[in-house]
Amino acid sequence: MKKVLMGNHAISYGATLSRVQVIAAYPITPQTQVVELLSEIVANGELDAEFIKVESEHSAMAACIGASAAGARAFTATSSQGLLLMHEVLHWASRARLPIVMANINRAISPGWTIWTDQNDSLSQRDTGWMQIYTADNQEVLDSIIIGYKVAEKVSIPLMIVLDAFVLSHTYEPVDVPDQEKIDKFLPPYKPKIKLDPEDPHAFGGLTAPNIYMEFQYNHQQAMMEAKKIINEVGKEYGDITGRYYQNLSPYKVDDAEYVVITTGTISKTTNIVVDKLRDSGVKIGNLRIRTLRPFPSEEIYEQLKGKKKVFVIDRNISFGNTGIFFQEVKASLYNTDIRVPIFGFVTGLGGRDVTPELIEEIVNIGIKNEKPEEEVIWMGVKK
Amino acid sequence: MLELRLHGRGGQGSVVASKILADAVMKSGKYVQAFPEFGVERRGAPVVAFVRIDDKPILLKSKIYTPDHLIVLDPTLIEAINITEGLKENGIILINSEQHPSEFKFDGKFRVMTVDAKRIAIKYRLGSKASPIVNTAILGAVIKAIPVTTMDYLVEAIKDGVPVKIEENIAAAKEAYDSLIKGE
Repeated sequence: MKKVLMGNHAISYGATLSRVQVIAAYPITPQTQVVELLSEIVANGELDAEFIKVESEHSAMAACIGASAAGARAFTATSSQGLLLMHEVLHWASRARLPIVMANINRAISPGWTIWTDQNDSLSQRDTGWMQIYTADNQEVLDSIIIGYKVAEKVSIPLMIVLDAFVLSHTYEPVDVPDQEKIDKFLPPYKPKIKLDPEDPHAFGGLTAPNIYMEFQYNHQQAMMEAKKIINEVGKEYGDITGRYYQNLSPYKVDDAEYVVITTGTISKTTNIVVDKLRDSGVKIGNLRIRTLRPFPSEEIYEQLKGKKKVFVIDRNISFGNTGIFFQEVKASLYNTDIRVPIFGFVTGLGGRDVTPELIEEIVNIGIKNEKPEEEVIWMGVKK
Repeated sequence: MLELRLHGRGGQGSVVASKILADAVMKSGKYVQAFPEFGVERRGAPVVAFVRIDDKPILLKSKIYTPDHLIVLDPTLIEAINITEGLKENGIILINSEQHPSEFKFDGKFRVMTVDAKRIAIKYRLGSKASPIVNTAILGAVIKAIPVTTMDYLVEAIKDGVPVKIEENIAAAKEAYDSLIKGE
Protein backbone atom coordinates (compact mmCIF):
# COMPACT_ATOMS: atom_id res chain seq x y z
CA MET A 1 0.00 0.00 0.00
CA LYS A 2 1.26 3.47 -0.88
CA LYS A 3 1.60 5.91 1.99
CA VAL A 4 3.08 9.39 2.30
CA LEU A 5 5.83 8.79 4.84
CA MET A 6 8.65 10.78 6.35
CA GLY A 7 12.00 8.98 6.27
CA ASN A 8 11.85 8.38 10.00
CA HIS A 9 8.54 6.57 9.71
CA ALA A 10 9.79 4.62 6.69
CA ILE A 11 12.39 3.21 9.09
CA SER A 12 9.70 2.34 11.66
CA TYR A 13 7.63 0.51 9.04
CA GLY A 14 10.74 -1.29 7.76
CA ALA A 15 11.51 -2.54 11.27
CA THR A 16 7.87 -3.52 11.85
CA LEU A 17 7.69 -5.48 8.60
CA SER A 18 10.96 -7.20 9.61
CA ARG A 19 9.15 -8.36 12.77
CA VAL A 20 11.92 -7.13 15.05
CA GLN A 21 11.63 -8.70 18.51
CA VAL A 22 13.61 -6.25 20.63
CA ILE A 23 13.84 -2.47 20.22
CA ALA A 24 16.12 -0.50 22.53
CA ALA A 25 16.64 3.16 21.80
CA TYR A 26 17.30 6.56 23.25
CA PRO A 27 15.77 9.67 21.63
CA ILE A 28 17.83 12.25 19.75
CA THR A 29 16.84 14.81 17.12
CA PRO A 30 16.36 14.04 14.23
CA GLN A 31 15.83 10.34 15.00
CA THR A 32 13.17 10.53 17.76
CA GLN A 33 10.15 9.92 15.51
CA VAL A 34 11.56 6.52 14.49
CA VAL A 35 11.15 5.07 17.96
CA GLU A 36 8.09 7.18 18.81
CA LEU A 37 6.14 5.41 16.07
CA LEU A 38 7.67 2.03 16.92
CA SER A 39 6.68 2.43 20.57
CA GLU A 40 3.08 3.10 19.45
CA ILE A 41 3.11 0.10 17.14
CA VAL A 42 4.37 -2.12 19.96
CA ALA A 43 1.95 -0.60 22.52
CA ASN A 44 -1.12 -1.17 20.35
CA GLY A 45 -0.16 -4.78 19.76
CA GLU A 46 0.63 -4.58 16.03
CA LEU A 47 4.18 -5.76 16.66
CA ASP A 48 5.10 -8.44 19.18
CA ALA A 49 8.34 -6.94 20.50
CA GLU A 50 10.02 -5.89 23.71
CA PHE A 51 10.49 -2.14 23.76
CA ILE A 52 13.33 -1.36 26.16
CA LYS A 53 13.71 2.21 27.37
CA VAL A 54 17.33 2.93 28.20
CA GLU A 55 19.28 5.81 29.69
CA SER A 56 21.78 6.29 26.84
CA GLU A 57 22.74 5.16 23.36
CA HIS A 58 25.56 3.11 24.83
CA SER A 59 22.95 1.16 26.79
CA ALA A 60 20.66 0.94 23.75
CA MET A 61 23.34 -0.89 21.78
CA ALA A 62 24.30 -2.98 24.84
CA ALA A 63 20.66 -4.09 25.15
CA CYS A 64 20.59 -4.96 21.44
CA ILE A 65 23.77 -7.01 21.92
CA GLY A 66 22.19 -9.00 24.74
CA ALA A 67 18.98 -9.52 22.81
CA SER A 68 20.75 -10.55 19.62
CA ALA A 69 23.05 -12.93 21.52
CA ALA A 70 19.91 -14.54 22.96
CA GLY A 71 18.66 -15.10 19.42
CA ALA A 72 16.26 -12.18 19.02
CA ARG A 73 16.04 -9.88 16.00
CA ALA A 74 17.17 -6.57 17.52
CA PHE A 75 16.79 -3.00 16.29
CA THR A 76 17.86 0.48 17.29
CA ALA A 77 18.15 3.91 15.72
CA THR A 78 20.26 6.92 16.55
CA SER A 79 22.11 9.92 15.19
CA SER A 80 25.26 11.98 15.56
CA GLN A 81 26.39 12.37 19.19
CA GLY A 82 24.26 9.34 20.07
CA LEU A 83 26.10 7.19 17.56
CA LEU A 84 29.41 8.49 18.87
CA LEU A 85 28.45 7.47 22.40
CA MET A 86 27.74 3.96 21.06
CA HIS A 87 31.19 3.65 19.56
CA GLU A 88 32.68 1.21 22.05
CA VAL A 89 29.74 -1.20 21.90
CA LEU A 90 29.55 -0.99 18.10
CA HIS A 91 32.87 -2.82 18.04
CA TRP A 92 31.48 -5.34 20.50
CA ALA A 93 28.37 -6.01 18.39
CA SER A 94 30.36 -6.66 15.23
CA ARG A 95 33.14 -8.72 16.83
CA ALA A 96 30.50 -10.81 18.59
CA ARG A 97 29.13 -11.29 15.02
CA LEU A 98 25.60 -10.27 15.97
CA PRO A 99 23.24 -9.39 13.07
CA ILE A 100 21.76 -6.24 14.61
CA VAL A 101 20.31 -3.67 12.20
CA MET A 102 20.43 -0.01 13.13
CA ALA A 103 19.31 3.16 11.39
CA ASN A 104 21.55 6.19 11.71
CA ILE A 105 20.26 9.57 10.68
CA ASN A 106 23.29 11.49 9.38
CA ARG A 107 23.52 14.58 11.57
CA ALA A 108 26.64 16.73 11.76
CA ILE A 109 28.78 16.69 14.90
CA SER A 110 28.93 19.45 17.53
CA PRO A 111 30.21 21.96 18.44
CA GLY A 112 29.01 24.37 17.05
CA TRP A 113 25.71 22.93 18.06
CA THR A 114 23.89 21.53 15.03
CA ILE A 115 21.06 19.18 14.12
CA TRP A 116 21.49 19.29 10.35
CA THR A 117 22.98 16.73 8.03
CA ASP A 118 26.42 15.53 7.10
CA GLN A 119 28.12 12.15 7.14
CA ASN A 120 30.88 12.53 9.69
CA ASP A 121 28.97 10.67 12.41
CA SER A 122 28.58 7.39 10.50
CA LEU A 123 31.93 7.71 8.75
CA SER A 124 33.61 7.92 12.17
CA GLN A 125 32.28 4.37 12.65
CA ARG A 126 33.72 3.08 9.36
CA ASP A 127 36.18 0.75 11.05
CA THR A 128 33.89 -0.69 13.72
CA GLY A 129 33.33 -3.82 11.62
CA TRP A 130 29.72 -2.96 10.73
CA MET A 131 28.30 -2.96 7.22
CA GLN A 132 27.10 0.49 6.15
CA ILE A 133 24.50 1.27 3.48
CA TYR A 134 23.78 4.88 2.40
CA THR A 135 20.25 5.54 1.13
CA ALA A 136 18.81 8.22 -1.14
CA ASP A 137 15.02 8.21 -0.76
CA ASN A 138 12.39 7.07 1.73
CA GLN A 139 11.38 4.02 -0.29
CA GLU A 140 14.97 2.84 -0.24
CA VAL A 141 15.12 3.49 3.52
CA LEU A 142 12.18 1.17 4.23
CA ASP A 143 13.36 -1.51 1.80
CA SER A 144 16.94 -1.39 3.07
CA ILE A 145 15.93 -2.19 6.66
CA ILE A 146 14.22 -5.39 5.51
CA ILE A 147 17.03 -6.35 3.13
CA GLY A 148 19.49 -5.39 5.87
CA TYR A 149 18.25 -8.08 8.25
CA LYS A 150 18.48 -10.78 5.60
CA VAL A 151 22.04 -9.77 4.70
CA ALA A 152 23.13 -9.33 8.33
CA GLU A 153 21.77 -12.71 9.36
CA LYS A 154 23.38 -14.45 6.37
CA VAL A 155 26.88 -13.17 7.15
CA SER A 156 26.53 -12.65 10.94
CA ILE A 157 27.60 -9.01 10.83
CA PRO A 158 25.58 -6.02 12.05
CA LEU A 159 24.40 -3.50 9.48
CA MET A 160 23.83 0.24 9.64
CA ILE A 161 21.31 1.94 7.33
CA VAL A 162 22.26 5.58 6.89
CA LEU A 163 20.07 8.48 5.74
CA ASP A 164 20.35 12.27 5.58
CA ALA A 165 18.88 14.28 8.46
CA PHE A 166 15.79 16.28 7.45
CA VAL A 167 16.34 15.85 3.70
CA LEU A 168 15.00 12.34 4.26
CA SER A 169 14.23 11.97 7.97
CA HIS A 170 11.63 14.77 8.01
CA THR A 171 10.64 14.83 4.33
CA TYR A 172 7.40 13.18 3.24
CA GLU A 173 7.50 11.08 0.09
CA PRO A 174 5.18 8.42 -1.32
CA VAL A 175 6.41 5.03 -0.11
CA ASP A 176 5.08 1.62 -1.05
CA VAL A 177 4.68 -0.37 2.16
CA PRO A 178 4.84 -4.02 1.09
CA ASP A 179 2.40 -6.64 2.37
CA GLN A 180 3.51 -8.40 5.55
CA GLU A 181 2.88 -11.77 3.91
CA LYS A 182 5.33 -11.00 1.13
CA ILE A 183 8.01 -9.89 3.59
CA ASP A 184 7.44 -12.92 5.84
CA LYS A 185 8.31 -15.15 2.89
CA PHE A 186 11.38 -13.09 2.06
CA LEU A 187 12.59 -12.75 5.63
CA PRO A 188 11.81 -15.79 7.79
CA PRO A 189 12.37 -15.65 11.59
CA TYR A 190 15.99 -15.35 12.73
CA LYS A 191 17.52 -18.72 13.57
CA PRO A 192 21.02 -18.25 15.02
CA LYS A 193 23.45 -21.16 14.80
CA ILE A 194 24.40 -20.54 18.40
CA LYS A 195 22.77 -18.41 21.10
CA LEU A 196 22.56 -17.70 24.84
CA ASP A 197 20.39 -20.53 26.08
CA PRO A 198 20.26 -21.98 29.63
CA GLU A 199 19.27 -25.37 28.14
CA ASP A 200 22.37 -25.42 25.96
CA PRO A 201 24.97 -23.25 27.71
CA HIS A 202 27.89 -21.59 25.92
CA ALA A 203 30.38 -18.95 26.99
CA PHE A 204 30.63 -15.79 24.83
CA GLY A 205 33.39 -13.24 24.43
CA GLY A 206 35.92 -15.01 26.61
CA LEU A 207 39.64 -14.41 26.84
CA THR A 208 41.09 -14.78 23.35
CA ALA A 209 44.85 -15.26 23.50
CA PRO A 210 47.22 -14.31 20.64
CA ASN A 211 47.08 -17.88 19.36
CA ILE A 212 43.41 -17.49 18.32
CA TYR A 213 42.38 -13.79 18.28
CA MET A 214 43.72 -13.19 14.78
CA GLU A 215 41.63 -16.02 13.34
CA PHE A 216 38.46 -14.30 14.56
CA GLN A 217 39.54 -11.14 12.75
CA TYR A 218 40.33 -13.11 9.61
CA ASN A 219 36.90 -14.75 9.67
CA HIS A 220 35.20 -11.40 10.21
CA GLN A 221 37.05 -9.99 7.20
CA GLN A 222 36.18 -13.05 5.06
CA ALA A 223 32.52 -12.66 5.97
CA MET A 224 32.67 -8.96 5.13
CA MET A 225 34.18 -9.69 1.70
CA GLU A 226 31.51 -12.36 1.14
CA ALA A 227 28.89 -9.72 2.01
CA LYS A 228 29.73 -7.77 -1.17
CA LYS A 229 28.18 -10.62 -3.13
CA ILE A 230 25.40 -11.28 -0.61
CA ILE A 231 24.20 -7.65 -0.64
CA ASN A 232 23.78 -7.83 -4.42
CA GLU A 233 22.13 -11.27 -4.31
CA VAL A 234 19.65 -10.36 -1.57
CA GLY A 235 19.00 -7.01 -3.26
CA LYS A 236 18.09 -8.87 -6.43
CA GLU A 237 15.91 -11.36 -4.58
CA TYR A 238 14.03 -8.44 -2.99
CA GLY A 239 13.67 -6.83 -6.40
CA ASP A 240 12.12 -9.98 -7.80
CA ILE A 241 9.26 -9.74 -5.28
CA THR A 242 8.83 -5.95 -5.12
CA GLY A 243 10.18 -4.65 -8.43
CA ARG A 244 12.75 -2.56 -6.56
CA TYR A 245 16.31 -3.75 -6.99
CA TYR A 246 19.17 -2.60 -4.76
CA GLN A 247 22.89 -3.24 -5.32
CA ASN A 248 26.17 -2.00 -3.85
CA LEU A 249 26.29 0.64 -6.57
CA SER A 250 23.55 2.57 -8.28
CA PRO A 251 24.89 3.85 -11.62
CA TYR A 252 22.98 6.44 -13.66
CA LYS A 253 23.94 6.88 -17.33
CA VAL A 254 27.49 5.72 -16.54
CA ASP A 255 27.79 3.17 -19.41
CA ASP A 256 28.75 5.54 -22.22
CA ALA A 257 29.92 8.41 -20.00
CA GLU A 258 33.31 10.12 -20.34
CA TYR A 259 32.98 11.83 -16.97
CA VAL A 260 31.59 10.24 -13.82
CA VAL A 261 30.40 12.01 -10.68
CA ILE A 262 30.57 9.82 -7.57
CA THR A 263 27.92 10.59 -4.97
CA THR A 264 26.19 9.20 -1.89
CA GLY A 265 22.90 9.85 -0.11
CA THR A 266 20.37 12.38 -1.34
CA ILE A 267 22.95 14.42 -3.25
CA SER A 268 22.83 11.56 -5.75
CA LYS A 269 19.20 12.20 -6.65
CA THR A 270 19.79 15.89 -7.28
CA THR A 271 22.91 14.97 -9.29
CA ASN A 272 20.79 12.87 -11.67
CA ILE A 273 18.90 16.04 -12.64
CA VAL A 274 22.23 17.73 -13.45
CA VAL A 275 23.36 14.70 -15.47
CA ASP A 276 20.18 14.90 -17.59
CA LYS A 277 20.63 18.63 -18.13
CA LEU A 278 24.29 18.32 -19.16
CA ARG A 279 23.52 15.35 -21.39
CA ASP A 280 20.98 17.54 -23.22
CA SER A 281 23.80 19.94 -24.02
CA GLY A 282 26.04 17.12 -25.25
CA VAL A 283 28.24 16.43 -22.19
CA LYS A 284 28.77 12.69 -21.77
CA ILE A 285 28.42 12.43 -18.03
CA GLY A 286 27.09 9.85 -15.58
CA ASN A 287 26.49 9.56 -11.86
CA LEU A 288 27.74 6.62 -9.83
CA ARG A 289 26.06 6.41 -6.45
CA ILE A 290 27.87 4.36 -3.84
CA ARG A 291 25.35 2.65 -1.53
CA THR A 292 27.70 0.32 0.32
CA LEU A 293 30.67 1.80 2.17
CA ARG A 294 31.48 -1.39 4.10
CA PRO A 295 32.20 -3.77 2.56
CA PHE A 296 33.66 -1.42 -0.06
CA PRO A 297 32.71 -2.58 -3.58
CA SER A 298 36.13 -1.91 -5.12
CA GLU A 299 35.84 -4.39 -7.99
CA GLU A 300 32.45 -3.04 -9.05
CA ILE A 301 33.70 0.53 -8.91
CA TYR A 302 36.64 -0.45 -11.11
CA GLU A 303 34.25 -1.96 -13.66
CA GLN A 304 32.14 1.20 -13.69
CA LEU A 305 35.10 3.57 -14.04
CA LYS A 306 37.07 1.59 -16.65
CA GLY A 307 37.69 3.74 -19.73
CA LYS A 308 36.38 7.00 -18.25
CA LYS A 309 38.23 10.29 -18.68
CA LYS A 310 37.75 11.89 -15.28
CA VAL A 311 36.06 11.23 -11.96
CA PHE A 312 34.55 13.81 -9.59
CA VAL A 313 33.81 12.66 -6.03
CA ILE A 314 31.38 14.73 -3.94
CA ASP A 315 31.82 14.27 -0.18
CA ARG A 316 29.40 15.54 2.47
CA ASN A 317 32.08 14.95 5.09
CA ILE A 318 35.69 15.80 5.80
CA SER A 319 38.56 13.89 7.37
CA PHE A 320 40.44 16.83 8.88
CA GLY A 321 44.03 16.86 7.74
CA ASN A 322 43.27 14.81 4.66
CA THR A 323 40.25 14.88 2.30
CA GLY A 324 36.66 13.79 1.92
CA ILE A 325 36.34 10.15 2.96
CA PHE A 326 34.62 8.66 -0.09
CA PHE A 327 37.30 10.39 -2.20
CA GLN A 328 39.99 8.54 -0.23
CA GLU A 329 38.15 5.26 -0.53
CA VAL A 330 37.69 5.55 -4.28
CA LYS A 331 41.29 6.59 -4.94
CA ALA A 332 42.71 3.85 -2.72
CA SER A 333 40.58 1.17 -4.35
CA LEU A 334 41.89 2.07 -7.81
CA TYR A 335 45.58 2.37 -7.00
CA ASN A 336 46.50 -1.21 -7.91
CA THR A 337 44.47 -1.17 -11.11
CA ASP A 338 45.23 0.22 -14.57
CA ILE A 339 42.90 3.22 -14.06
CA ARG A 340 45.08 6.34 -14.03
CA VAL A 341 42.66 9.22 -14.63
CA PRO A 342 42.38 12.47 -12.67
CA ILE A 343 40.08 12.10 -9.66
CA PHE A 344 38.78 15.35 -8.16
CA GLY A 345 37.61 15.52 -4.54
CA PHE A 346 34.92 18.05 -3.60
CA VAL A 347 33.68 18.74 -0.08
CA THR A 348 30.30 20.43 0.35
CA GLY A 349 26.98 20.44 2.18
CA LEU A 350 28.45 20.18 5.69
CA GLY A 351 26.12 20.81 8.62
CA GLY A 352 23.07 20.75 6.35
CA ARG A 353 24.16 23.44 3.89
CA ASP A 354 21.89 22.97 0.89
CA VAL A 355 23.33 21.18 -2.15
CA THR A 356 21.52 22.57 -5.16
CA PRO A 357 21.61 21.49 -8.83
CA GLU A 358 23.48 24.74 -9.57
CA LEU A 359 26.23 23.83 -7.09
CA ILE A 360 26.58 20.33 -8.53
CA GLU A 361 26.78 21.77 -12.05
CA GLU A 362 29.53 24.09 -10.85
CA ILE A 363 31.41 21.08 -9.44
CA VAL A 364 31.13 19.22 -12.74
CA ASN A 365 32.31 22.26 -14.71
CA ILE A 366 35.40 22.66 -12.51
CA GLY A 367 36.19 19.01 -13.13
CA ILE A 368 35.70 19.19 -16.88
CA LYS A 369 37.64 22.46 -17.33
CA ASN A 370 40.73 21.58 -15.30
CA GLU A 371 43.17 19.00 -16.57
CA LYS A 372 43.78 17.82 -13.01
CA PRO A 373 42.73 18.98 -9.55
CA GLU A 374 44.70 21.99 -8.36
CA GLU A 375 43.92 21.27 -4.73
CA GLU A 376 43.62 17.97 -2.90
CA VAL A 377 40.30 19.14 -1.38
CA ILE A 378 38.09 21.50 -3.35
CA TRP A 379 35.65 23.20 -0.95
CA MET A 380 32.39 24.19 -2.61
CA GLY A 381 29.94 26.75 -1.30
CA VAL A 382 32.14 27.78 1.62
CA LYS A 383 32.67 31.37 2.77
CA LYS A 384 36.47 31.63 3.00
CA MET B 1 6.96 20.90 -11.40
CA LEU B 2 4.90 22.99 -9.01
CA GLU B 3 6.42 24.29 -5.79
CA LEU B 4 4.32 25.60 -2.88
CA ARG B 5 5.38 27.32 0.32
CA LEU B 6 3.17 27.35 3.42
CA HIS B 7 3.58 30.01 6.10
CA GLY B 8 2.12 29.55 9.54
CA ARG B 9 2.98 29.69 13.19
CA GLY B 10 4.08 26.80 15.36
CA GLY B 11 0.96 24.98 16.58
CA GLN B 12 -1.30 25.92 13.66
CA GLY B 13 -0.67 22.68 11.83
CA SER B 14 1.27 23.93 8.80
CA VAL B 15 3.47 20.84 8.61
CA VAL B 16 0.48 18.54 9.02
CA ALA B 17 -1.28 20.54 6.28
CA SER B 18 1.65 19.96 3.92
CA LYS B 19 1.54 16.24 4.69
CA ILE B 20 -2.22 15.95 4.15
CA LEU B 21 -1.95 17.89 0.90
CA ALA B 22 0.90 15.61 -0.21
CA ASP B 23 -1.22 12.57 0.58
CA ALA B 24 -4.20 13.95 -1.38
CA VAL B 25 -1.93 14.71 -4.34
CA MET B 26 -0.37 11.22 -4.22
CA LYS B 27 -3.84 9.64 -4.16
CA SER B 28 -4.63 11.52 -7.40
CA GLY B 29 -1.70 9.72 -9.07
CA LYS B 30 0.87 12.51 -9.09
CA TYR B 31 4.33 12.54 -7.52
CA VAL B 32 4.85 14.66 -4.45
CA GLN B 33 7.31 15.65 -1.75
CA ALA B 34 6.59 17.68 1.40
CA PHE B 35 8.99 18.95 4.01
CA PRO B 36 9.22 21.44 6.86
CA GLU B 37 11.84 24.10 7.12
CA PHE B 38 14.68 22.06 8.56
CA GLY B 39 15.14 23.22 12.10
CA VAL B 40 13.59 23.57 15.51
CA GLU B 41 9.96 24.63 15.75
CA ARG B 42 8.41 26.56 18.61
CA ARG B 43 4.75 27.30 19.33
CA GLY B 44 3.83 30.72 18.00
CA ALA B 45 7.04 31.26 16.03
CA PRO B 46 6.94 31.54 12.21
CA VAL B 47 6.93 28.10 10.57
CA VAL B 48 7.47 27.28 6.90
CA ALA B 49 6.59 24.08 5.06
CA PHE B 50 7.05 23.16 1.42
CA VAL B 51 5.33 20.94 -1.13
CA ARG B 52 6.63 19.84 -4.56
CA ILE B 53 4.24 18.31 -7.09
CA ASP B 54 5.10 16.77 -10.44
CA ASP B 55 3.85 14.28 -13.04
CA LYS B 56 7.13 12.36 -12.85
CA PRO B 57 9.23 11.12 -9.89
CA ILE B 58 10.80 14.02 -7.98
CA LEU B 59 14.57 13.71 -7.76
CA LEU B 60 15.29 17.22 -6.53
CA LYS B 61 16.33 17.08 -2.86
CA SER B 62 17.37 20.68 -2.33
CA LYS B 63 15.23 23.37 -0.75
CA ILE B 64 12.60 25.54 -2.46
CA TYR B 65 13.78 29.10 -3.14
CA THR B 66 11.36 30.30 -5.83
CA PRO B 67 7.90 28.88 -5.05
CA ASP B 68 5.07 29.10 -7.58
CA HIS B 69 2.45 29.86 -4.93
CA LEU B 70 2.15 30.78 -1.23
CA ILE B 71 -0.33 29.61 1.36
CA VAL B 72 -0.51 31.87 4.41
CA LEU B 73 -2.15 30.30 7.47
CA ASP B 74 -1.55 33.35 9.67
CA PRO B 75 -2.12 36.82 8.15
CA THR B 76 -0.05 38.54 10.86
CA LEU B 77 3.02 37.01 9.20
CA ILE B 78 2.57 39.34 6.22
CA GLU B 79 3.78 42.23 8.37
CA ALA B 80 6.33 40.17 10.28
CA ILE B 81 8.44 38.64 7.52
CA ASN B 82 9.29 39.21 3.85
CA ILE B 83 6.62 36.76 2.87
CA THR B 84 6.86 37.08 -0.93
CA GLU B 85 10.60 36.37 -1.00
CA GLY B 86 11.38 34.36 -4.13
CA LEU B 87 7.71 34.04 -5.14
CA LYS B 88 7.34 33.73 -8.91
CA GLU B 89 5.49 36.37 -10.90
CA ASN B 90 1.74 35.70 -11.15
CA GLY B 91 2.02 33.39 -8.14
CA ILE B 92 -1.05 32.94 -5.98
CA ILE B 93 -0.95 34.23 -2.40
CA LEU B 94 -3.76 32.43 -0.60
CA ILE B 95 -4.35 34.05 2.79
CA ASN B 96 -6.41 32.92 5.77
CA SER B 97 -8.28 36.19 6.31
CA GLU B 98 -11.78 37.61 6.62
CA GLN B 99 -10.69 40.52 4.41
CA HIS B 100 -11.24 40.84 0.68
CA PRO B 101 -8.14 40.13 -1.47
CA SER B 102 -8.14 43.73 -2.73
CA GLU B 103 -7.28 44.94 0.77
CA PHE B 104 -3.83 43.29 0.56
CA LYS B 105 -1.05 45.12 -1.26
CA PHE B 106 2.17 43.38 -2.21
CA ASP B 107 5.23 44.64 -4.01
CA GLY B 108 5.08 42.59 -7.21
CA LYS B 109 2.62 41.02 -9.61
CA PHE B 110 0.79 38.33 -7.67
CA ARG B 111 -2.76 36.96 -7.47
CA VAL B 112 -4.14 37.41 -3.96
CA MET B 113 -6.96 35.15 -2.75
CA THR B 114 -8.52 34.87 0.69
CA VAL B 115 -10.58 32.44 2.70
CA ASP B 116 -11.87 32.96 6.22
CA ALA B 117 -10.43 29.70 7.50
CA LYS B 118 -10.28 30.99 11.07
CA ARG B 119 -14.06 31.55 11.18
CA ILE B 120 -14.64 28.11 9.63
CA ALA B 121 -12.26 26.38 12.07
CA ILE B 122 -13.97 28.04 15.04
CA LYS B 123 -17.39 27.11 13.66
CA TYR B 124 -16.38 23.42 13.60
CA ARG B 125 -14.59 23.70 16.96
CA LEU B 126 -11.16 22.85 15.53
CA GLY B 127 -8.67 23.95 18.15
CA SER B 128 -9.74 26.68 20.55
CA LYS B 129 -11.32 30.06 19.82
CA ALA B 130 -8.05 31.73 20.80
CA SER B 131 -5.91 29.46 18.65
CA PRO B 132 -8.02 27.67 16.05
CA ILE B 133 -6.39 24.94 13.95
CA VAL B 134 -7.00 26.16 10.42
CA ASN B 135 -5.01 23.63 8.43
CA THR B 136 -7.79 21.42 7.08
CA ALA B 137 -10.02 24.40 6.35
CA ILE B 138 -7.36 26.17 4.34
CA LEU B 139 -6.60 23.00 2.37
CA GLY B 140 -10.14 23.08 1.02
CA ALA B 141 -9.43 26.52 -0.38
CA VAL B 142 -5.98 25.48 -1.60
CA ILE B 143 -7.30 22.79 -3.92
CA LYS B 144 -9.89 25.24 -5.30
CA ALA B 145 -7.24 27.89 -5.96
CA ILE B 146 -4.55 25.47 -7.15
CA PRO B 147 -6.32 22.40 -8.56
CA VAL B 148 -3.64 19.79 -7.83
CA THR B 149 -6.09 17.18 -6.54
CA THR B 150 -9.81 16.67 -5.98
CA MET B 151 -12.03 17.13 -2.92
CA ASP B 152 -12.61 13.35 -2.84
CA TYR B 153 -8.89 12.68 -2.46
CA LEU B 154 -8.54 15.48 0.07
CA VAL B 155 -11.34 13.95 2.14
CA GLU B 156 -9.54 10.59 2.08
CA ALA B 157 -6.28 12.24 3.07
CA ILE B 158 -7.95 14.08 5.97
CA LYS B 159 -9.42 10.76 7.17
CA ASP B 160 -5.91 9.25 7.19
CA GLY B 161 -4.08 12.29 8.51
CA VAL B 162 -6.25 13.84 11.23
CA PRO B 163 -6.37 12.12 14.62
CA VAL B 164 -9.68 13.58 15.94
CA LYS B 165 -12.88 15.33 14.73
CA ILE B 166 -12.58 13.82 11.27
CA GLU B 167 -16.10 14.78 10.14
CA GLU B 168 -15.65 18.35 11.38
CA ASN B 169 -12.34 18.68 9.55
CA ILE B 170 -13.91 17.40 6.34
CA ALA B 171 -16.83 19.81 6.69
CA ALA B 172 -14.40 22.68 7.27
CA ALA B 173 -12.43 21.79 4.12
CA LYS B 174 -15.62 21.64 2.06
CA GLU B 175 -16.92 24.95 3.39
CA ALA B 176 -13.58 26.62 2.68
CA TYR B 177 -13.61 25.18 -0.84
CA ASP B 178 -16.91 26.94 -1.45
CA SER B 179 -15.94 30.22 0.16
CA LEU B 180 -12.62 31.03 -1.54
CA ILE B 181 -12.52 34.65 -2.74
CA LYS B 182 -10.40 35.00 -5.87
CA GLY B 183 -10.01 38.77 -6.06
CA GLU B 184 -9.28 40.50 -9.37
